[in-house]
Amino acid sequence: MKSSFAILTAIGIAGLTQYASAADITGTVTLNGTPPAEREITPLENDPVCGKMHSGKVMTEFFVVGANKGLADVIVMLKGVPAKAADDSTPPAVLDQKGCLYVPQILAVQTGQKLVVKNSDPSTVPMHNVHINPTASANLDAYSTKISQPQMSGSADLTYQFSAPENFMKFQCDVHPWMFAWVTVVDNPYFAVTDKDGKFTIKNVPAGKYKIVALHRKASPTGIEKDVDVSGGNANVDFTLEVK
Amino acid sequence: MNGTPNNRWLHRFAVLTALATLGLICIGGLVTSHEAGMSVPDWPNSYGYNMFLFPPSKWVGGILYEHTHRLWASMVGLLVIALTRWLGGRESRRPLAIVGILEMVAGLAIFMLLPEQKATGGFLTGIGGLVLLAAMVWVRNEKAAAPLPQLGWLAFALVQVQGLLGGLRVVLFKDQIGIFHAALAQLFFVLLCVIALFTSQWWSERRASGRSPVLKSELPFRRLVVVTTALIFLQLILGATMRHQHAGLSIRDFPLAYGKLWPATDAASVARYNEHRIEITNYNPITAFQIQLQMVHRVVAMLILCAVAFCAGKAWRKFSGRSPVTKVAVFWLALILSQVALGAATVLSGKAADIATAHVLVGALSLATGAILSILAIRFPQFAADAPLAHAVLGKPVTLDLNGVMEVGSAGKLPAAR
Repeated sequence: MKSSFAILTAIGIAGLTQYASAADITGTVTLNGTPPAEREITPLENDPVCGKMHSGKVMTEFFVVGANKGLADVIVMLKGVPAKAADDSTPPAVLDQKGCLYVPQILAVQTGQKLVVKNSDPSTVPMHNVHINPTASANLDAYSTKISQPQMSGSADLTYQFSAPENFMKFQCDVHPWMFAWVTVVDNPYFAVTDKDGKFTIKNVPAGKYKIVALHRKASPTGIEKDVDVSGGNANVDFTLEVK
Repeated sequence: MNGTPNNRWLHRFAVLTALATLGLICIGGLVTSHEAGMSVPDWPNSYGYNMFLFPPSKWVGGILYEHTHRLWASMVGLLVIALTRWLGGRESRRPLAIVGILEMVAGLAIFMLLPEQKATGGFLTGIGGLVLLAAMVWVRNEKAAAPLPQLGWLAFALVQVQGLLGGLRVVLFKDQIGIFHAALAQLFFVLLCVIALFTSQWWSERRASGRSPVLKSELPFRRLVVVTTALIFLQLILGATMRHQHAGLSIRDFPLAYGKLWPATDAASVARYNEHRIEITNYNPITAFQIQLQMVHRVVAMLILCAVAFCAGKAWRKFSGRSPVTKVAVFWLALILSQVALGAATVLSGKAADIATAHVLVGALSLATGAILSILAIRFPQFAADAPLAHAVLGKPVTLDLNGVMEVGSAGKLPAAR
């Protein structure tokens, strides 16, 4: 009995210690150079149904640059940490289809985390079809018979769970060929996506030294890597991506 | 084949089938231009519906193109079955009945034994039923002159293979099948054009007059036409490969390529190109291979233009402007010039769907015209100066070798006719 109490106490202390020593990594990703001009998604605007759901011009969103050249939609993740899949307590990520567009277009999920794909479009858009393009063999094998799944208006959500990490897995709708989203699957819980001003926060990182990577589907599709040390508490890492 | 009313209708029906096939290629071009190939993810059903009962209210977005392509292909299938029956005469009834029964039995077996493939079984049973119906039609018509019945059977086989390839492209997600499907479609169209030519009264009359001996001096022209036609087919395969990469335009400027005569394709350059590409519907990043492919496509286009211009010029000089060979050769040149302009417009418009589809359409017409000119050049090499006429004009003895090649005088050349 005493030994059991001691073990439980030790586990509790270890947990508290880890929590106490966990740190946040914050930073900003900025873009240097002039990005190419975004283009008007004319097929969407000309579509008799989808076009009516947008009042103004609908533009591509490859380079979303905010205040002080902050670059949105950059995936920032730790590299080389022990792989850990999400458990049932991890809330699902959500990818929606609204106005014949995927929202958001850039998303990151943890291996094992549920990804719920919704169709919020009205019945005037009879259907979308969710066509995924996994490249990791484990993900490909798991969804080989569900690569393309129709999702009628008002039908149930589709749920995906990917077991292997991969960058920028393309989701597309073949009914509306301008609809795309890119989902990055990370094999640990330490990742974030930059906001409209290029800022990110990775929370509760255990103390230690790591590699941190910033990925942007256009400006750095293979990633830019830096070192980060959170042994002494919170750390700040900034990235600058270049448009050549 | 003597120009009877019956044969005229056969010819009209063959022309209709060829035109329907050209329309099918055109809709196929719209499917790829709109990136709609996978917009209906199941086959032969459409979103679980029987293909022919799919509600028009759901023909939205890319589905409109893909579903229309399927229905149009079914119509072409029906036309080809009827054409096969017509060309083959009453003798074709038995083989058609055997094929139809076999397809029905296979379809029913799939339907009953493979629950997850019920739709495929039903579809195959339906095709078999139509073939059987064609066999049961009580028309005791004579078969057409050789090789038309054989060509009909070839079309019958190809149309079914094409349908299967189109379906497999969808269910197996294989772009390579799409490339093969596109290339075979071109050959299928050529075959139907040849059938239309051979069923024409014009052809029958010349056929009845017997085969002319071939002048030695015409051999280079024949070879050039045949080789150029083969080059066009190669070009169409290159084009189909580019279209089925789903990467849009790998080079967006013309006549230069990324500002150069030949663009850099090292990894850093390709990465920079991709960084600056803002695509709307073709999001796959481009590769060095795709850039080189488009450059080869451009070079081959220039080779074809030169070769066809040379053919047209040679035909004009050799046969006169009134010769059918010359007329077809000049039409061929006009097509190729249009095709080059459409190719440039495809690039400069950022691959606008209507222009890219017109490029596919004129490509198919160019191949078919080359094939017909090849047949004319091989079968009737000197329309302007038929062999008996040539003999009369020359007033010289002519000798025929064992291959039917005619030696004319010491120069081996005919004087320019008229």
